[in-house]
Amino acid sequence: MTSFTVNGRDVDLDIDPDTPLLWVLRDELRLTGTKFGCGVAQCGACTVMLDGMPRRSCVTPISMVEGSEVTTIEGMEGPEITAVQTAWEAIDVPQCGWCQSGQVMSATALLQQIPSPTDEDINNAMAGNVCRCATYVRIRQAIHDAAKTLEG
Amino acid sequence: MTAMQTTRRGFLAGGAGLMLAMTLPLGKARAQAAAAAAEPFAPNAFIRIAPDDTVTVMIKHLEMGQGPYTGLSTLVAEELDADWAQMRAEGAPANAAEYYNSAFGTALLIQGTGGSTAIANSYMQMRKAGAAARAMLVAAAAEEWGVPAEEITVKAGVVAHEASGKSSGFGALSQAAAGQPVPEDPPVKDAKDFVLIGTDVPKLDTVAKTTGKAVFTLDVFRDGMLTVVVAHPPKFGATVASFDDKAALEVSGVEMVRQIPSGIAVYATNTYAAMKGRDALTVEWDDVNAETRGTAELFEEYSKAVAAGGVTVEENDDIAVLEDAAQILEAEYQFPYLAHAPLEPLDAVIEVKEGKADMWYGCQFPTVDRGTVAQVLGLPLEDVTINVILAGGSFGRRAQGSAHLAAEAAEIAKASGRDGAFKLVWTREDDLKGGYYRPMTVHKLRAGLDVDGNIIGWENVVANQSIMTGTPMEAMLQGGPDATSFEGSSGLPYNLGAKRIGWAKMESPVSVLWWRSVGHTHTGYAVETFLDEVLVAAGKDPVQGRLDLLPADAVRERGVIEKVAEISGWTGSTRDGKGYGIAYVKSFGTYVAEVVEIENRDGVPHITKVWCAVDCGIPVNPNVIRAQMEGGVGFALGTALHDRITLAPGGEVEQSNFHDYPMLRISEMPEVEVAIIQSDADPTGVGEPGVPPLAPAMANAWRALTGTKQYQLPFSGAIS
Repeated sequence: MTSFTVNGRDVDLDIDPDTPLLWVLRDELRLTGTKFGCGVAQCGACTVMLDGMPRRSCVTPISMVEGSEVTTIEGMEGPEITAVQTAWEAIDVPQCGWCQSGQVMSATALLQQIPSPTDEDINNAMAGNVCRCATYVRIRQAIHDAAKTLEG
Repeated sequence: MTAMQTTRRGFLAGGAGLMLAMTLPLGKARAQAAAAAAEPFAPNAFIRIAPDDTVTVMIKHLEMGQGPYTGLSTLVAEELDADWAQMRAEGAPANAAEYYNSAFGTALLIQGTGGSTAIANSYMQMRKAGAAARAMLVAAAAEEWGVPAEEITVKAGVVAHEASGKSSGFGALSQAAAGQPVPEDPPVKDAKDFVLIGTDVPKLDTVAKTTGKAVFTLDVFRDGMLTVVVAHPPKFGATVASFDDKAALEVSGVEMVRQIPSGIAVYATNTYAAMKGRDALTVEWDDVNAETRGTAELFEEYSKAVAAGGVTVEENDDIAVLEDAAQILEAEYQFPYLAHAPLEPLDAVIEVKEGKADMWYGCQFPTVDRGTVAQVLGLPLEDVTINVILAGGSFGRRAQGSAHLAAEAAEIAKASGRDGAFKLVWTREDDLKGGYYRPMTVHKLRAGLDVDGNIIGWENVVANQSIMTGTPMEAMLQGGPDATSFEGSSGLPYNLGAKRIGWAKMESPVSVLWWRSVGHTHTGYAVETFLDEVLVAAGKDPVQGRLDLLPADAVRERGVIEKVAEISGWTGSTRDGKGYGIAYVKSFGTYVAEVVEIENRDGVPHITKVWCAVDCGIPVNPNVIRAQMEGGVGFALGTALHDRITLAPGGEVEQSNFHDYPMLRISEMPEVEVAIIQSDADPTGVGEPGVPPLAPAMANAWRALTGTKQYQLPFSGAIS
C-alpha cells in the first residue's frame, strides 16, 4: 500500500511499487492533464509538483511518493499559476497543446522561485520542456508577461 | 429537401450523443449546454445552433495545432454574423459524403487533412454554410415578427428589426429556423465587409489546452477498457517467427497476449503493466524479407542512382548545353530519414460491441481508416464510427495512406476474441523506431554559367522512395511518377536556362510518409543552397540574384523576397561578424521567404534571429499565421541542427528516444519576425510552408560566415 496526497486528497493505492507516478495519475486517478511524451524525463510533458518542486512523473516510481504531496495541473492554485495561465491565454501560446500542461507547471515553478526571471533564467528553468510545435517564442513572452502582472 | 434534412439531423443527433460523452476539450459549460439542447438547429452538416445561443462548428479537418478549429469557425461566424464568444468547435466524425476534402479531388470523396489544405478547401464551403444558417435565422425571424426579411439585420449574434424594435439571439430562433428551407447557394460577403476574417480572434482551443482539460486520445477511458502495447519487429519487413508469452502473462495486470499481423500485442489493465508485460516477452523474428542494409550502404546505392540520372520528370531544352559552360558547379546532397515525433505518440481507442465499432482518436484520414477498420472487422462501413478528437501534433505522422494504426487497433480488438474496449498506445521508442519516416534522399545538382555569370543550364537528379506507391493513394498518381518525391526540384519559378529534373525511385521495406512540407523538406534545401552557391560564383548578391532570375509575372515570389529583405534590413551576406542567408520556397500554394542571422560560437552555428515573409492570400487569422511561421521555423531548425534516423549495418534503427533524436529546446529558439503580405487572393495553407526555407537560409548564412558548405543534414552530424 502506498499513501500520499494528490491535489489535497488522500490516496491509498495497492499497486506495483515500480509503477511511475505518471501512470498512477492517469490510469488510476484519471487526472489526465499530465501527459506522456517520452517516458525517460527528456520532454517534461509529465511535470507535476512533488512537495512543491517540479518533478518528472514518468520516472518517479510510486514507491518514492509515499507520504508526499503531489499537485497536478488540475489542482494548482495561487497567484503564479493564475498569472501564467492568463498570460498563456492572452497570446494563444498552445498549438497542439500536448506539452502545455508541463510547460505551465515548469513556468509556474520558475515564477515561484524567481519572480522576475531573465531570458537566461527562462532558458535554464524551461530547458527540460520540449514543445514539438516550437511555441517557444510565445512561451518566453508569456513568462515575461506573467512576471509583470505578478509585480503589479 | 425534407428527407435530406431528416437524414442530416438523424446523423448529427447520433454524432452529438457520441461526442458529448467525450467532449470536454472546450469546457464543461459547453458540454452541459449542448446536453440541455436535445435538438440543436442543424442547417447543414457543419453547424449546430443550440437554444443557449452557442454555435458549434463541426470541423472536418483534424486539429493538431495548426488551427482549423479556429480558422474554419471564423469562416462560419463571419457569414453567420455571429459573436465570436458564442462560437465552439468540435471534430467532425468520419463521413466522407459530408466532410470530404475537395482539394483531394472529387472523383472519390476522401475526408482527410494534409497538404496544408484545410483553409483553402473550406474557404467558400464554410462561408456558404454560415450564410445558409444566417438566411434561415432571418427567414424565421421575419415569419415570427411578421416583417420583411430584407429589413432584418444580423450583427454580432443579434437578429434585429429596427422599425419594430424587435430583436433576438440565435438560440431563441433556432427551432423556427430549423423549419425554414435551406438556401442552395446563399450569397456571401464582399471581402471589404469582413468583420472577423483578417482579425486575431482568440483560438477556441487555447483555454482547454492551457488548463490541462483538453481531451486527447490518451485521455479517453471506456468501461472495462484494456491498454495494449505491441512488440513490433526490430527490422523493417521482418515478421514474427515464434514467441513465448509465459513471463509476460505473469506480470500483474497483464490479461492476455495475442499475435496480430504487426507483431505481438500485450493487453493489460493499465499502461505500465502492458509495457512491463511487453518487456517480458521473448519473440523470435523472421528476417527473410527484412531490410538489412545500413544507412551508409543505402547512401552509396542512392549516390550511384543519381549519377545514373534517373527518369526525366521535367525538361525544357537540351541539358547538353552544360558542356559549353564557362564554369560548371556540382554538388551531391545527403538527407537522412526523419521521424515526425509528434509529442503525443500514436494512440487510438476502439470499442467493439454487438457488431459495431466505435473509435476515438486524432484521426487524420478518416475515410481511409474507416474503410480499413470495417474490412479488418468484417463490418459494414456504417457500423464503424470514428470520433475525431484533438491530436497532440502530427506533422504528417497521423496521415496514413496505409491506415496502419487504425488497422492495428482493429486487429487488437479482433484478436481479443470478444467485445470490449481497447486503448492502443505507442511509446516514444515505438514511434522513433517504427518507420513511416521522411524518405532518406540524395540530390545531385549541376549548373553552368556563361562568361558573364548567367546561368545557362541546371540539372537536378533526386533519389528516394515513393511515399504514395503501395498505398491507396497510388491511384492518384495515375501511373505517373510520385511528384511528392521531387516537388520543389520541379516547378521552380527561376529562369535557369536549359533544365532537366530526374528522379530515381529507390526501394526498401523501410516505410516512408509525408513529413511536414513533404518533398520540399529536401528539395527546398538542395535547390536554395545550390542556387545561392551558384549566384555567389557568378558574383551576385543572394537577394538581387534571385530577383533577377524571376520572370516579370512572378509577382508574389518577388513580393515575399523583397519584403523579407526589407524587414531584415538586408545589406549582404555578412555584417558585424554575423552571417545572413536567404531562401525562398513556395509550397502548397503559399509563398515564403526567410532570412536567417547566424553566429559562429566556437564552430557551432547559433541562430539569433529569423525574418519571415509569407503570402498565403487573404490572411484569415494573422495571429495563427504568425504562430505557424514561428513554429515552422523552430521545427525546421531543430531538425536541421540535430535529427536523423539511421540504420545500423543489419538494418536496425539506431535512435530510440529524445536523447539521441533531440528536439529543439527553448534556448535554441531564435527571435522570429513575421510579415504577412496583404492579398485578396483566395487563402492557402500555412501549416507546412514555414518549414522549407529555414534550413537552406541557415546553411547559406553559415557558408557566408564560415565558408563551410553543408551538403549533409543535420548540421551536428558534420560538425562533430
